[in-house]
Amino acid sequence: MNFKQSFNMAIKSLLGSKMRSFLTMLGIIIGVASVIILVSLISGMAADMSASFESMGTNLISVSIRGRGGNITIDPDDMQELVEENTEVLAAVTPLVNIQSATVKYETENITTTCTGSNEYYTDIKNSDVSSGRFITYLDVEKRQKVCVVGSYIVQELFGGASPLGEQIKVNGSSFTVVGVLEEKADSEEGSDDDVVMIPYTTAARLSFMGRVSSYSFSAASTETVEDAMAAINKQMREYFSSSDYYSVFSASQALDQVNEMMGTVTLVLVGVAAISLLVGGIGIMNIMLVSVTERTREIGIRKSLGAKRRDIMSQFVVEAATTSSAGGIIGIALGLASSYLVGSLLQMTVKPSMGAVIVAFSVSVAIGITFGYFPANKAAKMNPIDALRHD
Amino acid sequence: MIDLIDIYKIYQVGDTEIRALDGISLHIDEKEFVAIVGQSGSGKSTCMNMVGCLDIPTSGKYILNGRDVSKLNEDELSEIRNLTLGFIFQQYNLISKLNVYENVELPLIYRGIEKHDRQRMVEESLARVGLLNRIYNMPSQLSGGQQQRVSIARALSGNPPVILADEPTGALDSKTGQEVLELLKQINEEGSTIVLITHDNSIAHQAKRIVRLHDGSITEDTALEVVKNEL
Repeated sequence: MNFKQSFNMAIKSLLGSKMRSFLTMLGIIIGVASVIILVSLISGMAADMSASFESMGTNLISVSIRGRGGNITIDPDDMQELVEENTEVLAAVTPLVNIQSATVKYETENITTTCTGSNEYYTDIKNSDVSSGRFITYLDVEKRQKVCVVGSYIVQELFGGASPLGEQIKVNGSSFTVVGVLEEKADSEEGSDDDVVMIPYTTAARLSFMGRVSSYSFSAASTETVEDAMAAINKQMREYFSSSDYYSVFSASQALDQVNEMMGTVTLVLVGVAAISLLVGGIGIMNIMLVSVTERTREIGIRKSLGAKRRDIMSQFVVEAATTSSAGGIIGIALGLASSYLVGSLLQMTVKPSMGAVIVAFSVSVAIGITFGYFPANKAAKMNPIDALRHD
Repeated sequence: MIDLIDIYKIYQVGDTEIRALDGISLHIDEKEFVAIVGQSGSGKSTCMNMVGCLDIPTSGKYILNGRDVSKLNEDELSEIRNLTLGFIFQQYNLISKLNVYENVELPLIYRGIEKHDRQRMVEESLARVGLLNRIYNMPSQLSGGQQQRVSIARALSGNPPVILADEPTGALDSKTGQEVLELLKQINEEGSTIVLITHDNSIAHQAKRIVRLHDGSITEDTALEVVKNEL
């Protein structure tokens, strides 16, 4: 008896008791569907996080200084020197001075936004550009000019979308001349990268009454040199500070690796949990197959008297178990994909179904059928035809 | 064709030894129609299992169709059954989930015959029992007599030289039972060896030879003509 005949017989036997077949499959369906859903949602989440790190620029390295007792700082010129000494790994650096919740006023309009002080390299480091006007220049920084470049959200909110070039705005009470507008980066949403006013960091330091720079953004020469660049920065930092507690060096690409690693672990754990339900499903199949073998003892006796060999009986039951579990697997995959998209749209999460997960889930369900079908099938194959024929 | 030589089948139940077959020797020629008769406990079922290659003897030799089958393993016995024997049971023993065609096809599937040839053989066989018009019916849709005829068709489908019928009329009324017996006689006329197992003397007397079993031994072995003469 070949596989096709065993398969046809298995289908016939499954269709013969639909309710029982469905309940037997249910364990596999739930197991496979939960694997697919979990993998889809987690990969979606990982993809979202990757995208947000990538938008920060994978070349970007941020350094923030917590200081030792709050009174140590690093001269921006030293950082500039660091870049010039390591041009093969570092491309540029800008000091960053953030004035959180700055009040910006134009004529009678008022809004609260983030005001950031930087140098002329900011646009290169952040991968952005001005859409009109110009960015802050070296001279602006040197002369502590009161000029500013605004984000597209500010243009919309404060100027009603009209060109703000040459207009005067007040930032925390000081007058600034708008010299440029930054390219739109995030659909001009409030609180996004477009909700910002850029000014020379020297001006910002004075405006914030701090007079010191506590964070820097570097850009590595390329994505490949990020690690070397971080090493160079760390080396320099150790000369300033006695402990790494006083500063931190962070790169988006390194964080990305960490996120991916963490997501991998989370996926493994959750899929492990789902695998347990697959195992339970497999035991369900074994249970039903054992019942089925007992119920069909007489049939087995008849088949043997007609010349069925052990392996014929064996393959009939194994194929039946494998067909049950793979049918369950296919339904589970369909259900899993459908529910991932449903859950994704309900919770507004990105869903990223993985072909790998589908293939693995299907193979595992077939393997479970064969494994758990083997024992009952073996029991059937070993039956003595005389006793089996006598069975009621 | 069938040669049982000094066959013993001994079961050990606790301390007691049960001699189901106590040194039986029996020779059946090609194209014979033999009835094995006996009361329950006479050993006729064990004898049938032995002749039907469902069981192997404790000692003795069984030559079937020129081959010693008394020492074969289970799978080899399956193959012998498939090639040499056709079974007809009291309870028909059709598989209820399969239709008439599929039931008759089973021995051919296990023999590994191609689909095209199977179809021809199944149809020939069903034609012999007059059930070609019931080919796609399920067994439950047929009467007892029809079901027994399907099981005869199944026994015939692989053209085995020996047909083994175990109380073939036991579950049928006398009229249908007689029809089944006539069918068996006809099959015997067409060249098959038939071994009929029964407890019923009147049925046994329709065979050409009667072998009577009692307590695991043969007590009588008579050709039919002799029986008639005695009457």
